Order: sequence, then structure tokens, then C-alpha cells
Amino acid sequence: MSQNAMNKIQVIVSAIHQVTPLVKQFVLTKADGGNLPTFSGGSHIVVSLNIHGRIHRNPYSLMSSPDALDSYQIGVRRQEQSRGGSVFMHDQVQVGTPLEVSYPVNLFALHRLARKHLLIAGGIGITPFLSQLHDLKRNGSPYELHYAYRAPEHAAFTQHIKTLAGDDAHFYAESRGQTLGLAGLLRAQPLGTHVYVCGPTGMVNAVTDIAQSLGWPPGNIHSEQFLAPPIGSPISLRLAQSELEITVPPEMSILEAMEAAGVDAPYLCRGGACGRCELEVLEHDGELLHYDHFLSDAEKYAGKKIMPCVSRAKCEKLVLNI
Amino acid sequence: MNDIAFKQETFRDDYTYSNSVEAIKRFPFPFPEDNYMYSVNIEPHTKGAIGSVFEFDLDIDEHYVAECKDKLITLTQDPGRYAALPHMMDAQWDFLELVMESLSRDYPELFTLKKDGKRWTWTNRPLATQDSFVFGDASTLPMEPFKYIGLQTQGDFVLMDQRDGDLFADAGIITSQADWSLAFDVGMSFKQWHAPVPHAHEMGIFDRALKYLLHLQAGQPVRRLNWTMTVNPRLDTSPESYPQWGPDRNTVTLENIGGKLHLRVELQALFRLPRSNGIVFSIRCYLISLEEIATNPVWAKRMHRVLKGVHADLAEYKGLTKFRETAIEWLAKFDDGV
Repeated sequence: MSQNAMNKIQVIVSAIHQVTPLVKQFVLTKADGGNLPTFSGGSHIVVSLNIHGRIHRNPYSLMSSPDALDSYQIGVRRQEQSRGGSVFMHDQVQVGTPLEVSYPVNLFALHRLARKHLLIAGGIGITPFLSQLHDLKRNGSPYELHYAYRAPEHAAFTQHIKTLAGDDAHFYAESRGQTLGLAGLLRAQPLGTHVYVCGPTGMVNAVTDIAQSLGWPPGNIHSEQFLAPPIGSPISLRLAQSELEITVPPEMSILEAMEAAGVDAPYLCRGGACGRCELEVLEHDGELLHYDHFLSDAEKYAGKKIMPCVSRAKCEKLVLNI
Repeated sequence: MNDIAFKQETFRDDYTYSNSVEAIKRFPFPFPEDNYMYSVNIEPHTKGAIGSVFEFDLDIDEHYVAECKDKLITLTQDPGRYAALPHMMDAQWDFLELVMESLSRDYPELFTLKKDGKRWTWTNRPLATQDSFVFGDASTLPMEPFKYIGLQTQGDFVLMDQRDGDLFADAGIITSQADWSLAFDVGMSFKQWHAPVPHAHEMGIFDRALKYLLHLQAGQPVRRLNWTMTVNPRLDTSPESYPQWGPDRNTVTLENIGGKLHLRVELQALFRLPRSNGIVFSIRCYLISLEEIATNPVWAKRMHRVLKGVHADLAEYKGLTKFRETAIEWLAKFDDGV
């Protein structure tokens, strides 16, 4: 059995809550009963969705308490401009639907030597912090949570956060002119603080840039962004070890096309964050389009590696070492 | 059924340790070929053959009771063999849960774990102990959770914290080590504590191993075998106790080497700790004398060839230099040259 196939858990959707007009919360329980595996705050699971015969695998942060393992909870925002995973979750998945999920993986872990934790969330980016709050409270770690959203009606889980975090949580509704002043916030932190940001690209970049310009050590700045594979032009792909020639269609990732061809390629997050699916590029005659957050700029420029879960290529011919 | 007959034996002073015929049969002989060099020989720690040392996550064998006794002696004489930095408490509970869950599941005749919410009761029949405690509340145990359950398990354990794209050895209970010091290594990063290993760095072994381990997944432990040789069946071959065992290496002769020199195999397994996102590195030591190896002609022949071929730097690092030639001479009679 492959490494990937071993690592699956069969679950049933046991409840669905419409949290905001665009966000649904799904409660997942183990199909054969009993507890789900323990996890740490900030972990995600990869949910497999069979959409018209094609398997989509989307990462979602666990937002439930690591101490309550009778269910996992995920929050899913409906993304109209996407390949259909979130729309499928919103429109097709119902109470009783069986799903297959991965074991939890943590790419957004709290740093255990931090003197203080500064959590910054934008919109649906709040979800990983919900499980982290439990860990922070259990360990008595100092923290602040800052949660920004477009408007009060789009603010998911605020009551839950107030109950958990009390005065340590701060809320910002853009529609009411409440702005989260990042520079002032970051400047006011004591030495040894770690900052964690999850939200839209603009927010992640702003936090990272401001923190760096204020002299924060790079290791104290943490972010998580899962990318959906972008739509691109078709790719003629050759797999050197498997001796396969396949065409990657515009709306499929290289990883998905390899899986559809029966290749057991490695992966974990499928969102360009973890680096597990890294493959060696043996040959290409055009341009590699790196969309991941894993490879360094130098590695991207060198063109010897690619993350097939999100990255693509603009070329006639691409040869990967798998 | 776990019908293990626990032996009364010693790993120091009079050294009465020995292996039964069954224990020799299941010994994890580590050489798949006649030549030995490093490799990233990591494989999934999946359930092995029934009765083998790979059958369960944690192996309990006929030496369990004697080994736990020896561990307690070492730790009492030198409390520095246990260390846990303050941020490792989540990982301590992770480890306790892993050990109690797997031992009670795999050896139900020997160990029982009863859970009533957070109130857990642990029964260890071979060591005749029973304790009730509140999971997550260290004040309800007689000592820190890692130390408590570490004393009831064969082998050494390092708890590693994962941060800054690296692994840090931030806790350990180390009483049967092959000449390395917990007090020296605690808090070190993955590459820092592997720094003394010859040749492996330029082979890129630790870069690859670290990358692999950072992605280690919950529910998918991995393992590898490592080896060295030890004069007398001694578990505690630490730098701290060198005066007690170092001189023994000068007592080896062609006449006594068959019973005195032991192949020391470490079954090293790594498990993701789910609550802390740390990793536990378990190092289980198996000892077998050359005479016991010689009861298996294939092993004896291969042992002869491995010792002949091992690189001089590796022999030095593993501490084989003083008795290697004598061992090769003693083993020669089992090698027909074919």
C-alpha cells in the first residue's frame, strides 16, 4: 500500500451550521465511531471530494478543540471563483455525507519558545487560530488575537472567540471604519514575540513586510496560506521514471494529472505550503510558473525543482523525475 | 498471548545477561549484506511478523523486568540521565499516552489502561505497580509523566521539539546509550547532535534525514537499525560512567571474546507526537554475544565480513578499534570464503 493510501480516515458529516452568508461549519465524526486522532493547534486536514468523478483534495484548518476528539470541525468559505471544491462543500455535502480525510498535519504550529504570541486573522483565516486558542490557554501562554473582517455579518465565530479569549481578542469591522493598524501593533510588541498571520494575501504580505522592516527576526514571523491550484494552459508532461507521457489539462494541477494517470506521487498539504510534493525538473523548454510558498526565490529562479500541487509551466515540454 | 518468561539477570557487575534460544531467533540482525556503510535506511515502522521485534510499536521481551531495574539503578546514581526543558510538557503527555495506549493494546495480559474521562488508571503487572492520575495534571503522578512511563519501558527516548525548520532534543531519558551524553546534547538541533558522525555529513545524509523527519506524519512512524559493539552485556555505556566500562575493553582475549563481546543493535523508531507536534525518537538496545551469533552460521559468516570491511574511521567512531582484529580472528572459523 502506498504511503498516501495508508493515511486516510473515513468520516461522516454529522452537522452543518450556516455561520455567515458565505461560511459553513462542518462537523465530522468517525464513520466507525470512536475518537479521531489527537492534533495540535494550527493543524489542517485534507478533505477528498469526488466531484463528477474527479477527486479534489482541499486542505482545511481544524477549528475545534484538540481536547474534544469525538469530532473535527472545519469552516469553509464559499469561493465562487475557484475550481469548485468549496462550492461542492456548500451545495452538495449534507448531513450524513461520507468523506475521506487525511490525518491532521501542522504547518502552522505555535512556537514553544515564544515569550508572547500575536495572532492576526483576516476573514476565514480565523480558523487555525480557533484550535490554537485551546493550546495557548492550556499552557498559560501570553497572547493577543486580532481579527479583521469586512462587515459584522461576515464575521464568523465571534461569539465563540469572545467566550474563549475574552479581553485577549480584538475585532475590526472594515464596514464600520475599524482598521487594524498593523505597524502600531507590531511596533508595540515585546522582544521575543512571535507573530502568526492567516488571511488574504494582502494581509499576509503586509504583516510580513512590516515586521521585517521593523527588524523582527524572520523565524518569529509565521504565516499560512493555502493556495488553490490556478487554471493555466495545458502542459505536455513526461515522467522520466514512470516512463509516462501525459497532458495536464488547464483546470487540473500537475499533481492531480499524475494521480489521474495512476502515479503514486507524494503530497501533504496540496496548497503549496509544505514542500512534501517537491519534484526534480529534468528538462523544460519554456518557463516554470512557481505559485508555491515553499521554494526560496533562488530555488525558483534556478528552475530545478517544482511543487506540482500548485505550480505550472508555460512550455511545450516538461520532464519531471518521478 | 504474551507468555513471556521474564529473566532475572544483570547488566553490570557479574553480567548474568544472556539470550534464550527464542530471543536469539528474533534478534534484529542488522546486516542485509557483507559490506556496511551509512545510508538513510529509514523505513515505515509497520507491523512486522508475529513474534518479531517489529510486531508492535514498542517491543517487550524477556529482558523487560531486568532492564527496567537496571534503568532505575543508573538513574538513581546519576539523575542527569533524565532531562526535560519546561516547554516539553505537552510532549511528555503525548509520550505517556503513546506508551500506555500501545502497551495495553499489544500486551493486554501485562498492561491495562482504564480511562474514566481524564482520570486514568495504569496497571503494570510485570513491575507490580498501579497508579491513578489525571491526564494533563502532572501533580497527580509521583514524578514527571515522561520519567514515570520512561522507567516502565525498555529503551531510551528523546523528545524533540519541532521549530524553526529543525528538530531540537529538548527532553530525554537516556540510560542505555552507546557513548553519548544527554547532559551534553540536551537542547541541541538535529545537526548539532549528529556533528561527530564521520562521513555522513559530506554524503548529505543528515540534510535528507531532517527534511524527511520534519514531514513525519501522525500515525505513520518510521524506523531504522543502527549498531555498534560492546564489551560485556552492559546497557549503560555512557561517557559519564566511562571509568566503569572503558577499561573492560582491555580485557578482551581470543579465549574470552566469544562470550564477552556483544553486537549492540539499536532499533530506532520515530513517532510524531500529535498534541505537541513534536517527535519521539526511541532507541531500543538489543545485545547478543559472538557465541550466540555463532549459533546461526549465516550471521557468523556475515559478521566476520562486515568487521573486516568496515571503514577505519567508522570503526574508530563506533569504538571497535581495540578488539576488532581479535573479533575477526575469532569469527574467521565461520567464514568458508564462499
